[in-house]
Amino acid sequence: MANKSITHGADSRLEIEVTFKDRLAYLGRLLWRDRTGILGILIFITVVIAALFAELLTPYQPLDQDLHASKMPPMWEEGGSPEHPLGTDNLGRDMMARIIYGARVSLGVSFFGAIIAAAIGVFLGAVAAYVGGRWDEIIMAPVNLVLSLPYLLFVVFIASVLGSSLLNVILIFGVTNSPIFARVTRGEVLKIRESAYVESAISAGASWWRVLLFLVMPNLVGPLVTLISFQISAMIFYEAGLGFIGLSVPPTVPSWGNMLAEGRRYIANYPWLTTMPGLAIMYTSLGMNLLGDWLRDVSDPRTRRSGR
Amino acid sequence: MFQTRARAALADKGDQDMTSILEGKNLVTKFHTVDGVVNAVNDVSFSLEDGETLAIVGESGSGKSVSMMSIMGLLPSPPAKVESGQALFNSKDGIVDLIKLPYETMSDIRGGQIGFVFQDPGTSLNPILTIGKQISETLTRHLGISGREAKDKAVSLLAEVGIPDPTLRYDAFPFQLSGGMRQRAMIAIAVACTPRIVIAAEPTTALDVTIQAQIVSLFKQLRAKMGVSTIWITHDLGLVAGLADRVLVMYAGQILETAPVDELYENPKHPYTVGLLGALPRLDTQESKRLVSIDGTPPDSTIPIHHCPFAWRCTHAFERCWNEKPALASVGEKHTVACFYAVEKG
Repeated sequence: MANKSITHGADSRLEIEVTFKDRLAYLGRLLWRDRTGILGILIFITVVIAALFAELLTPYQPLDQDLHASKMPPMWEEGGSPEHPLGTDNLGRDMMARIIYGARVSLGVSFFGAIIAAAIGVFLGAVAAYVGGRWDEIIMAPVNLVLSLPYLLFVVFIASVLGSSLLNVILIFGVTNSPIFARVTRGEVLKIRESAYVESAISAGASWWRVLLFLVMPNLVGPLVTLISFQISAMIFYEAGLGFIGLSVPPTVPSWGNMLAEGRRYIANYPWLTTMPGLAIMYTSLGMNLLGDWLRDVSDPRTRRSGR
Repeated sequence: MFQTRARAALADKGDQDMTSILEGKNLVTKFHTVDGVVNAVNDVSFSLEDGETLAIVGESGSGKSVSMMSIMGLLPSPPAKVESGQALFNSKDGIVDLIKLPYETMSDIRGGQIGFVFQDPGTSLNPILTIGKQISETLTRHLGISGREAKDKAVSLLAEVGIPDPTLRYDAFPFQLSGGMRQRAMIAIAVACTPRIVIAAEPTTALDVTIQAQIVSLFKQLRAKMGVSTIWITHDLGLVAGLADRVLVMYAGQILETAPVDELYENPKHPYTVGLLGALPRLDTQESKRLVSIDGTPPDSTIPIHHCPFAWRCTHAFERCWNEKPALASVGEKHTVACFYAVEKG
């Protein structure tokens, strides 16, 4: 081995070639070692499948009413039937169908909300840190102002002014969450920019865009991945919260928050009306948190190869 | 566009001949801070001969690093500003003044023709990129070679700086290497494009003594092999003795004494140099003496000084030392000293 490694040139080239397949296999090994990461990905995949293929997964439409079969308990309880595995609600709508279709709202709002928030926030934060000076103040003043407001109150206020629609909810979450991304990005960029490795890269001839592309951006990925995954799971909660007070999507759209709000009146006698959407919210945000943890570990070589 | 600007900087220096490879002339660098203006480098002139190893010694805050960073345009501005002076560099395209070069041309020179090695290898490498990638990045940046060629060259560079199993280490991340190995990788980056000058800013300070010795001998090897001129910034006089050709002693942003290394150790002229050498533990003397320290502290660099900056701490200071600033005067072959006492009474 020692003898072989000293040789360089044509031979060593073959030795250090890494194919795409190798990389995929490597990622698989990383995943296999982190069992909670597998759980996170499985949960995530099931929710995505539910959201994408809702039509194929349930014979019912979420708004189909069957008043003859209203308030039917889940199939494993007395009076339940396999036709409605999770029971029906007060209007006889199939709970299973509503939860599956509800994944669309929850995932759509939280994903697009987080992506918009990250796009705005990362851009603002990076400009503030990179340009600095006056621009730093101009950008960060409103950011800090928004962060100083009680978040839910702020969201409720905007939502009640703009009115409820799916697009509005996504935009509200995107805009109101962007300050957090701006703050984190600004701090990280400042830290990276002052680091010794950026200084040494500049001393090796790196231009400013090279520093941005190869040093600042890659080192930002870790903290941002963590933040995005936690923001997504937080937004699932906030969407449900908004739905609960009737300010999220219109009542005609099946969402977990709306289901909670409707089921609240019957919580004493028909608990599954609130338990089922509650479990769906918990399941999804647990999956997002586990997935976020794993992504964070994988994105950082220091935690990637250590024994944990 | 870069080229025309580079040519402008080129024309600026006049038509003088240069025997040395790098020549600093009357460099003045100041930091404009909230607490006032810090006079970090006060009128520093020096030259680096081709193939020479020049050591710049001085205590912390003496301006040794700042003067080199000024030349390389590595100081953050603001607060730092190179107020005046020239740094003539005998580059591949003729003599240029590094101070006046536009940023783009300067980054072609940095890493390409002048390599830099920093103090702390633990933080000077990008933590999320493999060391091989970081070396080949520098190669593709300056030599314009393909990724594959760069990879091969990087592997052979790793072997050259004494990293075992270079093909394996190519894919290692900085945190997987020891401090000494990281510093070797840093050196590989610095010498990757066979620069004319390597500036090493306290490259062994963060390492333990045995690793220090290894790094020093690596530098000697590379110098012999590549004929590269080296500026070694350090406060370790013991290290300098076995490494440098010539020594430059800095204090309070000024040069107090320059001499060939043997001359400086045998025949130090400036009271400060004498004091520094007296504070050095020695193994080659029979009797055991207490180490001598120099009383007092360096002057506040926010106050402009118009006399000898060492006068406060100097036991030989006389009237003239308090009235005038001494200039470097020759006291022997290649030996200059900025001290009235040494020149007039010594």
